Amino acid sequence: MTTVDKPSMGFGRMHRKEDARFIRGRGTYVDDVRLPGMLHGAVLRSPFAHARIVSIDTRAAEAHPKVKAVITGKTLEGLKLAWMPTLSYDTQAVLATDKVRFQGQEVAFVVAEDKYSARDALELIDVEYEPLPAVVDARRALDPDAPVIRDDKENQNGNHIFDWTAGDKAATDAAFARAEVVVKQDVLYPRVHPAPLETCGALADFDKVTGKLTMWCNTQAPHAHRTVYALVAGLPEHKIRVISPDIGGGFGNKVPIYPGYVCAIVGSIVTGKPVKWMEDRSENLMSTGFARDYHMSGEVAATRDGKITAVRVKVIADHGAFNGTAQPTKYPAGFFHVFTGSYDLEAAHCEVTGVYTNKAPGGVAYACSFRITEAAYLIERLVDVLAFDLGMDPAQLRMKNLLRAEQFPYSSPTGWEYDSGDYPRALQLALDMVGYDEIRREQAAVRERWAAGDRSGTLPGVGISFFTEAVGAGPRKHMDILGLGMADGAELRVHPTGKAVLRISVQSQGQGHETTYAQIVAHELGIPPDDIEVVHGDTDQTPFGLGTYGSRSTPVSGAATAVVARKVRERARLVASAMLEVSADDLEWDGAGRWVVRGSTEQGRTIQEIALAAHSSLELPDGVEGHLDATTVYNPPNLTFPFGAYVCVVDVDPGTGQVKVRRFVAVDDCGVRINPTIVEGQVHGGLADGIGMALMQLIAFDEDGNCLGASFMDYLLPTSVECPSWELGETVTPSPHHPIGAKGVGESATVGSPAAVVNAVVDALKPYGVRHADMPLTPAQVWRVIQGSPLRTDLAIT
Amino acid sequence: MQVPAHFEYERATSVDHAITLLARWGSEARVVAGGHSLIPMMKLRLARPEALIDINELAELVYIRLADGVLRVGAMTRHAELLANPVVGEHYPIFHDAERVIADPIVRNRGTVGGSLCQADPSEDLSAAFAAVDALAVVRGPGGERTVPIREFHIGPYETVVEPGELLTEIRVPVRPGGSSAYEKVERRVGDWAVAAAGAAVWLDGDTIADAGVGLTAVGADHFCSPAAEAVLRGAPATEETFAAAGRAAAESCRPSADQRGPVDYKRHLAGELTVRALRRAVARARGQEA
Repeated sequence: MTTVDKPSMGFGRMHRKEDARFIRGRGTYVDDVRLPGMLHGAVLRSPFAHARIVSIDTRAAEAHPKVKAVITGKTLEGLKLAWMPTLSYDTQAVLATDKVRFQGQEVAFVVAEDKYSARDALELIDVEYEPLPAVVDARRALDPDAPVIRDDKENQNGNHIFDWTAGDKAATDAAFARAEVVVKQDVLYPRVHPAPLETCGALADFDKVTGKLTMWCNTQAPHAHRTVYALVAGLPEHKIRVISPDIGGGFGNKVPIYPGYVCAIVGSIVTGKPVKWMEDRSENLMSTGFARDYHMSGEVAATRDGKITAVRVKVIADHGAFNGTAQPTKYPAGFFHVFTGSYDLEAAHCEVTGVYTNKAPGGVAYACSFRITEAAYLIERLVDVLAFDLGMDPAQLRMKNLLRAEQFPYSSPTGWEYDSGDYPRALQLALDMVGYDEIRREQAAVRERWAAGDRSGTLPGVGISFFTEAVGAGPRKHMDILGLGMADGAELRVHPTGKAVLRISVQSQGQGHETTYAQIVAHELGIPPDDIEVVHGDTDQTPFGLGTYGSRSTPVSGAATAVVARKVRERARLVASAMLEVSADDLEWDGAGRWVVRGSTEQGRTIQEIALAAHSSLELPDGVEGHLDATTVYNPPNLTFPFGAYVCVVDVDPGTGQVKVRRFVAVDDCGVRINPTIVEGQVHGGLADGIGMALMQLIAFDEDGNCLGASFMDYLLPTSVECPSWELGETVTPSPHHPIGAKGVGESATVGSPAAVVNAVVDALKPYGVRHADMPLTPAQVWRVIQGSPLRTDLAIT
Repeated sequence: MQVPAHFEYERATSVDHAITLLARWGSEARVVAGGHSLIPMMKLRLARPEALIDINELAELVYIRLADGVLRVGAMTRHAELLANPVVGEHYPIFHDAERVIADPIVRNRGTVGGSLCQADPSEDLSAAFAAVDALAVVRGPGGERTVPIREFHIGPYETVVEPGELLTEIRVPVRPGGSSAYEKVERRVGDWAVAAAGAAVWLDGDTIADAGVGLTAVGADHFCSPAAEAVLRGAPATEETFAAAGRAAAESCRPSADQRGPVDYKRHLAGELTVRALRRAVARARGQEA
């Protein structure tokens, strides 16, 4: 990381304003909040993936001296809360009544004086189950004899959820019919989990006197949660306050409303006391929003000399037992249809089929940008398969097919309008940084020795991934979640002394909003970032908006911040004109915090002077009420399209299957960078995620649907030992429609990096004739690939 | 948050006191040393002892001594101390190889040599390393002290010959000239249990292998060793062909089970491959060709 020169104002590197409290251990997370008389909840979970509930006996638990309440599905049925709506217009059981549908599903909720007693009492609840056959493999979910998981739903005869298509099927089929070369590859993006360091939890406090519910909850979308609680529980929305305090990582895992939250609310209503529920690590991994689980089959049509003409894709999407994914309503497969990636194609088409399985619900999470992870991985794997079959260098093949700078704005065959980009420049920079030709020469020497019979040592491999993201959901006319448009508000107050308070609707989980948004205001108004307080995460204190996920904060809320600051600036102009006794038209903004008289820049007023005047006895011009404060709601005209070129170098030990990541070069273009240090930190995290997914992460199940990834002993996260020293580069292609030219970046590295790692491992194994290998490339999986089994046909590695 | 079921807690102030406490609490008591296996199991409620006897204050069990040709390691020696000890590294580099890949520095600062052996996890590393060098365990109980060859110490997964009421106090390793040792492990990620691992100790007489020990872990080898591989090695020339033959014997003699770390055939392959690599390195070290 480069040095920090703290700018007095605006964009550039500065330490995060949040760091002082986090480094000192003075953050306030949900579990740090303690209220007088607070009780503790714990959830009893299903040991079976699929079973009928015969009976639940709670008498012994209720008799426990420290237990205050035991809540079951029956209790909730009386309140019409046994089922709740999901963010995808499906329903989800809060506490199971008829059946359990995945291992770890919520069955009962105990409220006790302390968390030890709550856990002890869970063991006193006697549930009789009648086990049923489970649907574990999504590819078998639509078999005629597959057990029906959602027999609670009328007219649901099988496990089918949706079919969704994008692109022009006829044009795509025609392009394939004409193609000189067609390559096909099945590609699995296995089930993984965002695994935030802080698990999910809530503290519900229902005040019977005022009728007000205060909900501390580590949600990424506090305003959306408030509205959903109002709709579900019938509580008036103005009597609900959601407070999202400091959050220890979200990655999409903290977007949904989980049964534990609803149970905590009911527990508080029933007992009249605040009730805290914090899940443990195993509960988080077993039952909350997982990611991916896409079984993809992709085809590429191309000319013999490597010009890609069309891509078509079929997907089976495993959504688990309840369809609870969070994405814009129109797009049940999220933004998967950005799978044409960064290439200039004639046609493309995809068909996605969503199915139920006896596994935890979810699918859209883990920095996926609404399924762009799956799309980017698929196309980048397919391009390498094409390179393999054509005997072409994968870098040259990409250069040949990348969109050119003059093609922007570019209308993609599946309906996107890419805002800006210069792709060949980014790829060339990445290749130069890594020393591509030199590594290829080294590799050729090793392969020569290998072919001659000396098979000692490791095999080097180089993998490239070029990705384009579509982030910043999104334009209201296209995008909503449960009918709520995906716009975000901002309010800016400037105090008489020139200090400011910015209130935003998005919620930081570690992204550094308190710094970044202060820098945007500083850039627009010339108020130093340290003089700006950023308030977020409290629905009583902030304007409405849909929250932080899908890399949408800077594209939407960052834009709202710039717009509201500009509104303040325009108000300030009127006040300055009164102060200077000149026409507002004769003033110009000097870009550093002053309105000055055009042609006479020594005559001017700073924003601080103007703020004081706005609150003083100065006679204000017509239309100025007496302060500079402003408010706005930003409805983005389009998404932003960040992109990047990643190159990974690995060394593979064919004797053991071990992969060592030697180097990783990441060139990102996210438009204008507000705080480069924060951008780089986000890229670092995403690259580590990518190494984790490519090499070790998997939520596996056995054939009975038992979750095999329910602890950090079984579900592996990468450590610093597995990560090389990241080599970062950047190009800057501003977004033409964003007020400050920025694009989202929070998920870029997670989206782009897995393909680079997998492509590098496959490239290393070329002497064995390896063309594809499914993730995660654990030593055992690499060894199996060498033995000739590239596909993960089973779900558990056994 | 995961919380254990109710248990009582006693802190022992001496080995004799610990043995008295064990006698008082009976078979439902468990000794806690570093606690890095037992405590997580208790939090998951997979282990529910009625009482924990904490022996962390027993400084009398913390030592590494070399005297009269025997290396003695006290049972409460932390992994980090074994790793940092130059005498251990000089005579038996296998322990430094193994300790470098046991868990992570935080666990190594706390976890103990004795605790690792008594936990008897079938994937534990030191069990294979001590088996390779043919160590001796010293166990003390109310009736006094007894010694057990390490190859008789483990009687099954999570089972040892240490009776309720007894305490493992020391491990002894004979130090012989002309030899060296090495340890090779494959893990999915640093800190994970071994997918498979092999340890080798060799004593050379010129270019001939005078004696050898082969330890294996995570592959279902009885007592964490491979006598079949050792039989191939004894008296054979220290060559790649011999190593390969020993590797084949090690692979054939183990009984791995499939799990998320890998299928049976892969683990069997690793048992052979890692045996070969450990032998290659141990012999190179014995010849002074590699540190």
